[in-house]
Amino acid sequence: MRLWTIVLREIFERKSQLLTSFLAILLGITVIVSIKNISYYSEMAVAREVDSLGANVLVLPKSATLQDYYAADMQGETIPEEYVTQLAMSDLQGLDNLSPKLSVPVELRGKTFTLTGILPKSEFQAKAAWGGAGIFSRPIGCGASVGMMGSTDKKTLARKRVIETLEDNEVLVGAEVAAKLSVKDADKLELLGKKFTVTAVLPQTGTVDDSRIFAHLHTIQDLSKKGPVINAIEVVGCCQEISKGLVDKINRLLPDAKVVTIVQIAATQKNINTMMSNLSLMFLVIIIFVGGASIANYMYANVFERRREIGTLMALGADSRLALRIFLLKALLLGAAGGIGGYMLGTILAVVLGPRLAGVPVLPMPLLALAAIGISIGLTLAASYFPARRAARLDPCATFQEV
Amino acid sequence: MLKMENVSKTYRHRGQLVTALDKATVHIPRGDFVSVVGPSGSGKSTLLLMLGGMLSPSDGTVLLEDQSVYDMTLTERARLRREKVGFVFQTFNLVPYLSAQENVQIPLFLAKMNGSAQKERAASLLERVGLADRMHHKPCELSVGQQQRVALARMLANDPAVILADEPTGNLDPETSQQIIGFFQEFNEEGRTIVMVTHDPRAAKRATRILRLKDGAIANHDASEDACWAA
Repeated sequence: MRLWTIVLREIFERKSQLLTSFLAILLGITVIVSIKNISYYSEMAVAREVDSLGANVLVLPKSATLQDYYAADMQGETIPEEYVTQLAMSDLQGLDNLSPKLSVPVELRGKTFTLTGILPKSEFQAKAAWGGAGIFSRPIGCGASVGMMGSTDKKTLARKRVIETLEDNEVLVGAEVAAKLSVKDADKLELLGKKFTVTAVLPQTGTVDDSRIFAHLHTIQDLSKKGPVINAIEVVGCCQEISKGLVDKINRLLPDAKVVTIVQIAATQKNINTMMSNLSLMFLVIIIFVGGASIANYMYANVFERRREIGTLMALGADSRLALRIFLLKALLLGAAGGIGGYMLGTILAVVLGPRLAGVPVLPMPLLALAAIGISIGLTLAASYFPARRAARLDPCATFQEV
Repeated sequence: MLKMENVSKTYRHRGQLVTALDKATVHIPRGDFVSVVGPSGSGKSTLLLMLGGMLSPSDGTVLLEDQSVYDMTLTERARLRREKVGFVFQTFNLVPYLSAQENVQIPLFLAKMNGSAQKERAASLLERVGLADRMHHKPCELSVGQQQRVALARMLANDPAVILADEPTGNLDPETSQQIIGFFQEFNEEGRTIVMVTHDPRAAKRATRILRLKDGAIANHDASEDACWAA
């Protein structure tokens, strides 16, 4: 005979009375675990999607307006190219790639297009100081662009917003431009008085980039006689770092520039995350009140029902601490069972329903087990403390009262 | 062994002062077997609770082996009950979800005896009260007489010097009552001091002396007078 024997025997002998309280805690934990598990993988999926969109932060002149995210660099105002150096030399985490741009209008066969100067990644790597301390030496791995290192496919510009190499006499042609001018790879084009070779015709993106022609930034600066300036810097920022305040950090670094992000996407992600977070908080509050009240009510009834038994134990020589331990151990077992059961049930629900509800694959999260068991045990112990204290203060004379 | 000196117990019930025990003085020597009799509400159970260290008096002193019971802390009183006092109840007070053997093990568990020793002693005590074949039965699977015998085995578990019994035959048929009282006499012959509250004249007569209570006061404690009461 041990304390466990008394507690376990009583639980199994009167399990039907315990069932409601157990179900309350089990279902509460199940729902919390499911929501947390699904929302975690949903957030990861959204983060991956935002990252895969390419550039998600823009550095613009202070006076620029932001009516079209993809055409924000076509407003004429400029910022110094030195800003690129400052960003590359900074210790900001989450900058996966930079793409400075200078756009000028060009006429070709009677039609006006936008000629955009871009800086290929090889330019960054050529600068020893940048290569040593720059952004590309420490990608944090959450951006899609990280995988670009070493890529030689020039068409990656359409999707990744960054290109590996680009020679002075090379141009990349947007899908719409190519269609209008009937241009194909290796064709020759004359722009601003200089002859270029079409290195690649970019695939259609559905954005203003389809009507652009891309050339080396420094070539465009020379041809347009604008000097070392740019219209915008497109930044491929890690989505998680953006949500941690990357935009503010860039703002502090470049106080004379305007830094914006893809507001709608960021807001959508934020809304989903907030909704999920609020939902789990709501269930946590519900479980605390409903589950806690149910357990406290059950425990008070249990103490009342067992007052003769407790009185008998005291008559046989038990002290009040034993009564307290009996009820708290029972609460501990109830909480542990509810936490473990709730974690398992919640994980199964999340894994099965996650792909259907959120459209994302969901895997079990062992860390949630600790949280589930912790919350469950904490709740049952807190709800049972006062009933247990009442048991400890029971008058042992109750043993004789009905005699 | 047991002494009560000028012990009173008063409490308020619906605004009225009730005297449960009034300046009671009782001396019970070691090895005595005392029946406490009297009408309902005369203070019998109050007296028993006070002797067992479960109800503090409003006034007076209760001594067990010359130790003032109510000058002890609650924990010390619990230890005193665990080591020296055995209780027997009218309604047996067995723990319903434990087997007969486990019920007997409770005082041994409280005394921190190890598991196998607990089982061994409980089995031997149940054998003594004739329930060797009912060890694994729960109280609801036993007759009332068997339940009371389990309660007797439980009471004996820690080998108490004092046995306090509150109407031990109150719920039993005459034949079983005689059997239970027979056990009490046996325990008394072993040198244990017994105080037994009872309404049963035949049970009371089996004690060595009778203590009569009336309106919270001790009317007499002379065994020679009980013949008249018993009649």
